[in-house]
Amino acid sequence: MITYIIRRLFAAVVLLFIISAATFGIFYLIPRLVGATPETLATRYVGRAATPETVHLIAEKLGFYDPLWLQYGRWVKAIFTGADYNLGATVEHCPAPCFGYSFITKQPVWPELIDRLPVTLSLAVGAAILWLVLGLSIGTLSALRRGSFLDRAAMTFSLAGVSMPIFFTGMVSLLVFSYTLDWTAPGGSYTPFTESPSEWAYALLLPWLVLALQFSAQYARLTRAGMLETMGEDYIRTARAKGLKERDVNVKHGLRAALTPILTIFGLDFGLLLGGAVLTEQVFSLPGLGKYAVDAITNNDLPKVLGVTLMAAFFVVVANLIVDLLYAVVDPRVRLG
Amino acid sequence: MPDGQAFLEVKDLKIHFPTDDGVVRSVDGLTFKLERGKTLGIVGESGSGKSVTSLGIRGIYNHRNSKISGEIWLDGKEIVSASQDDVRKLRGNQMAMIFQDPLSAMHPYYTVGHQIVEAYRVHHNVSKKVARKHAVDMLGRVGIPQPDRRVDDYPHQFSGGMRQRAMIAMALVNDPQLLIADEPTTALDVTVQAQIMDLMHDLQAEFNSALIVITHDLGVVAELADDVLVMYGGRCIEYASAATIFERPEHPYTWGLLGSMPRMDRPVQERLVPIAGSPPSLINLPKGCAFSPRCVYEERTGGLGTTVAPELTRAGGTNHLVRCHLPTEERQRLWVEEVKPKLEA
Amino acid sequence: MRKSRALVAGAAALALTLSAAACGGSDDKGSDNSGGAKPEFNAALTQVFNPSDKKGGTIRLANSGDWDTLDPGETYYGYSWNFLRLYGRGLLMFKPVPGAEGNTVTPDLAEGLGTPSDGGKTWTYKIRKGVKFEDGTEVTSKDVKYAVLRSIDKETFPNGPAYFEGFLNLPEGYKGPYKSKGVNTDSAITTPDDQTIVFHLKQAFGGFDYFAALPQTVPVPEAKDTGAKYKEHVVSTGPYKFETNELGKSFKLVRNDKWDAATDPNRKALPDAYEVQLNVNADDIDNRLLSGDLDVDVVGTGVQPATLGRVVGDPTLKASTDNPTLARLWYTSINPTVAPLDNVDCRKAIEYAADKVGYQTAYGGPLAGGDITGTILPPMIPGYEKFDLYPSADGTGDVAKAKEHLAACGQPNGFETNIAYRAERPKEKATAEALQQSLARVGIKLTLKPFPQGDYFSQYAGNPPYVKNNKLGLNLNGWGADWNDGFGFLSQIVDSRVIRETGGSSNTSVRIPEVDQLLDKASSETDAAKRDAYWAQIDKRVMEEAVILPGVTAKSLLIRPKTLSNVFVSDAYNMYDYLSLGVA
Repeated sequence: MITYIIRRLFAAVVLLFIISAATFGIFYLIPRLVGATPETLATRYVGRAATPETVHLIAEKLGFYDPLWLQYGRWVKAIFTGADYNLGATVEHCPAPCFGYSFITKQPVWPELIDRLPVTLSLAVGAAILWLVLGLSIGTLSALRRGSFLDRAAMTFSLAGVSMPIFFTGMVSLLVFSYTLDWTAPGGSYTPFTESPSEWAYALLLPWLVLALQFSAQYARLTRAGMLETMGEDYIRTARAKGLKERDVNVKHGLRAALTPILTIFGLDFGLLLGGAVLTEQVFSLPGLGKYAVDAITNNDLPKVLGVTLMAAFFVVVANLIVDLLYAVVDPRVRLG
Repeated sequence: MPDGQAFLEVKDLKIHFPTDDGVVRSVDGLTFKLERGKTLGIVGESGSGKSVTSLGIRGIYNHRNSKISGEIWLDGKEIVSASQDDVRKLRGNQMAMIFQDPLSAMHPYYTVGHQIVEAYRVHHNVSKKVARKHAVDMLGRVGIPQPDRRVDDYPHQFSGGMRQRAMIAMALVNDPQLLIADEPTTALDVTVQAQIMDLMHDLQAEFNSALIVITHDLGVVAELADDVLVMYGGRCIEYASAATIFERPEHPYTWGLLGSMPRMDRPVQERLVPIAGSPPSLINLPKGCAFSPRCVYEERTGGLGTTVAPELTRAGGTNHLVRCHLPTEERQRLWVEEVKPKLEA
Repeated sequence: MRKSRALVAGAAALALTLSAAACGGSDDKGSDNSGGAKPEFNAALTQVFNPSDKKGGTIRLANSGDWDTLDPGETYYGYSWNFLRLYGRGLLMFKPVPGAEGNTVTPDLAEGLGTPSDGGKTWTYKIRKGVKFEDGTEVTSKDVKYAVLRSIDKETFPNGPAYFEGFLNLPEGYKGPYKSKGVNTDSAITTPDDQTIVFHLKQAFGGFDYFAALPQTVPVPEAKDTGAKYKEHVVSTGPYKFETNELGKSFKLVRNDKWDAATDPNRKALPDAYEVQLNVNADDIDNRLLSGDLDVDVVGTGVQPATLGRVVGDPTLKASTDNPTLARLWYTSINPTVAPLDNVDCRKAIEYAADKVGYQTAYGGPLAGGDITGTILPPMIPGYEKFDLYPSADGTGDVAKAKEHLAACGQPNGFETNIAYRAERPKEKATAEALQQSLARVGIKLTLKPFPQGDYFSQYAGNPPYVKNNKLGLNLNGWGADWNDGFGFLSQIVDSRVIRETGGSSNTSVRIPEVDQLLDKASSETDAAKRDAYWAQIDKRVMEEAVILPGVTAKSLLIRPKTLSNVFVSDAYNMYDYLSLGVA
């Protein structure tokens, strides 16, 4: 087990490096392949009045004239040793782990990612709790009362939930609940939990609900399908034969088994979300990793894009690992090796 | 039956499932009795209603999609009219169940011990520790070596035979008076089958419980049963002691079953004499005798077979009932002169 | 992103039905308008809406993107220059008044406008006494000099305007005070005393007062300068200073108690604080403006397409908007380097054949797209004259005239050429298609050539050899001035000397020696009235050559804050004047 984890962690680190190299390639190599010069790359970092001299200066400062492997090597090196950046009047030291430095905002990327993470984490955890509770209970009830009015209503609701995109539900719910009814916080509100838990929850309530709506719909369908399958299993018949109460049969034996595949999907979903709930954060203007990624891409701020991509990849990789480990805990038939 | 009620008494049991295509008459007027310490074999092809009978006795049916009528008396309590919860309390306690495939019948995510403990604690208000001790004890009694260690194993860590033993342990943990075994040995290989049957036999004697063995395998019946009930199309078509069923069966369907019994003394390709045709649809039973379309002696009934449904009537042996239009003498003659020689050839 | 915008538009349109009642019924929030304009369409365009001297309150603003930078030495957006006057005082500023007067410069940190000498090569400003930084130290001419010089370091401030390094007589190879530490810069700027600053130019420039109004003249204390990081802690000279500044998220301005109203004739400083949120979803900004949860969309470029649809269809909503014209021209370059457009008659044929209504529709119609124009100059530029050398009855083109010129050009059946546009811009694509259709009426066949916008000027439409070799006869273009004056507007798009053979210029089609000379005359003219007269002359001359096809002068639709007082559109920035707002 321990060696398995170590091996997986090692593979994860290697994978992250491959992802970083690939991302680096996408943003730095591909433009070159289609004809971009160091100067055209540098035009992203200068203003509209920039002279060719300025562009050249910036291209040189950002190392765009160096071969790509050297640029990538410098980026990797900074992760371990940190790096210094000349700001004119001052020099800023970007301490290790220095996952890039934004020349547009003049900020090291890593502290910003760490700063954004709690927002995304708050959003993801809150929404995940909501959607698990909602999705699992709706799905279970639907499966147990298959064909009933409740089942049909729930499945219609979840079809709607799955098919309505977040930027639609988000915008509409903001208009209705925040701007018309004044029940929930307007877009762009966020207070850290550590400052005021109540304001934190107030600001996140609507994003939670909107994000959870989408996912709970999906999870309700998954749970329903899983429950229908497990409730036909022989061990459910056994559980009934033992004289277990119906609730115990459903939950301890039925749901317990139906949960396993959902756990996998949940782990991946949650990992992806931690990398940034892009649409939700965009619609609600929440300063999380997803919004950070959108803003970085909009501004062509490559070091940030690279950093946030890696962060997202990291969460997905870790989520995968945790899912695999949990799987072994949840399903004793699975043995890791 | 002498004086009063038998331990288990089923009277005119009907279990129907209304569907969009028509009513499925899975069990359609079944009557039988069983005493403690005795074993009844219920035999039939799949779809004959034998497993639904077991569900009915255990009170597991959905009131929204099935209709049940008749009476089931278990040790003086009527089950059909009892509340769901009352029946649930009987399940696993006074009547327990042994299933066909112990791998799928045991929950893969819980240890064997956990599942036995759970079965025990549903009906006994004791601590987990006490229940666990009981579980280890039971595992030992069904012949699991090192039960105190194996109790924490998961079902997939057991061999097929051990799983069935564990299943039996789980069924017996509450000392049930009625044990229903549904194809208890079908999923096992032959040597293990024999061990399990021996075990069931011994335990039944030890616990003095009534045992119903539901199977399509007359070999199992021969091994375990005192009486045999042959089902076809949701009804009993022949009922007799095991000895009578094997020595002087009177129903052509029973003959067919005997013919399809696997026998060790013949080459594989000759061993099975299947009954021509397929089991009847439980929605549209054939007119007259349900077995008539498959019956080679149908023309001897003089047309009755396809028009009039035969009643269950007394036959040659003691307590021997048969549902057939042919006269008893002719059935006996056919058995002795035509069928038996063929089966033994 | 683009796709999601469109979907959001649909979402908001649907949401409209849900919220129509709420929006329609929100008029009661408006305060009394005694003495001010009525709450009607364009009420704050040329006059003060809701005038008041009431102090206190917080004004809430939001930006759909990040602020380019708060550093006065580098910021290069109109909205930022508008806003920056709250925390920084440059030598001069645009007058915070409604109407055309708002487009004139007025003394701020300086006591008066610049005094030119040496025929406009030297400009002297006297600085007011008693102006202090937020830490209490008095502002001197040296702080202004330092601020200007540091902004020259383009390695540190690559995004900033480059006027000073272009015009100041700096020592050879001077790279700003960080890298060229200790270099004597008296050839460019002298500070004879703490109250006097003198700028020495390489050549005479009459419009230097506009330079003096650039935020780059906002003083920076050298001791507090952290280079590129200064934007995080700008030291205020205005009535407000930074209380918090969370990069990429939000910042807050609060009153600066070291600001002395006696030194400042321009600022009312009504509210107690300004709160600005950054990177807010653009559609959400519109919804919050309409619901009153937000006061100002600080970027000031107008509403999103979804909101536009709502406003057009709802008179109540429309009454709470203003529709200013921007100093931005959407136009098409007609390149005389590409045959047969080397013949002026072929170019004129295009001028006549083009359907300007189609041009306008492509940019979003009269409200959001802009006004059809026959001139290069937008109307708010001093010296603007209205004319149209190639008129048509309803703006859809004059086919007969176009055919006449085609015949004169020797191409009576038309010709084929290409039209370039930025692939990422659907409006430009729509324009190119509209031109394709309207020119086809006279037999001019256009082939659409989309190019990536990042390299549009450097490699394609702004690269003269590429234009010639690939026969890009027409290319779509747009231009907005850094400030609303003829020099700012014209110099980059009609001066042939800005064309670089290596690419990167907005001008590719205008190569008229006479125009270059006129520009030189104008720029060295220190008399504003005389100078402004040149601009219309240049405009006409370029149009005679038919090397630019003007399309529309852009307009924006702004949601007027109902919770604020002293609301008016600044003619300098063509958005609400942020200096004058108060909380009603």
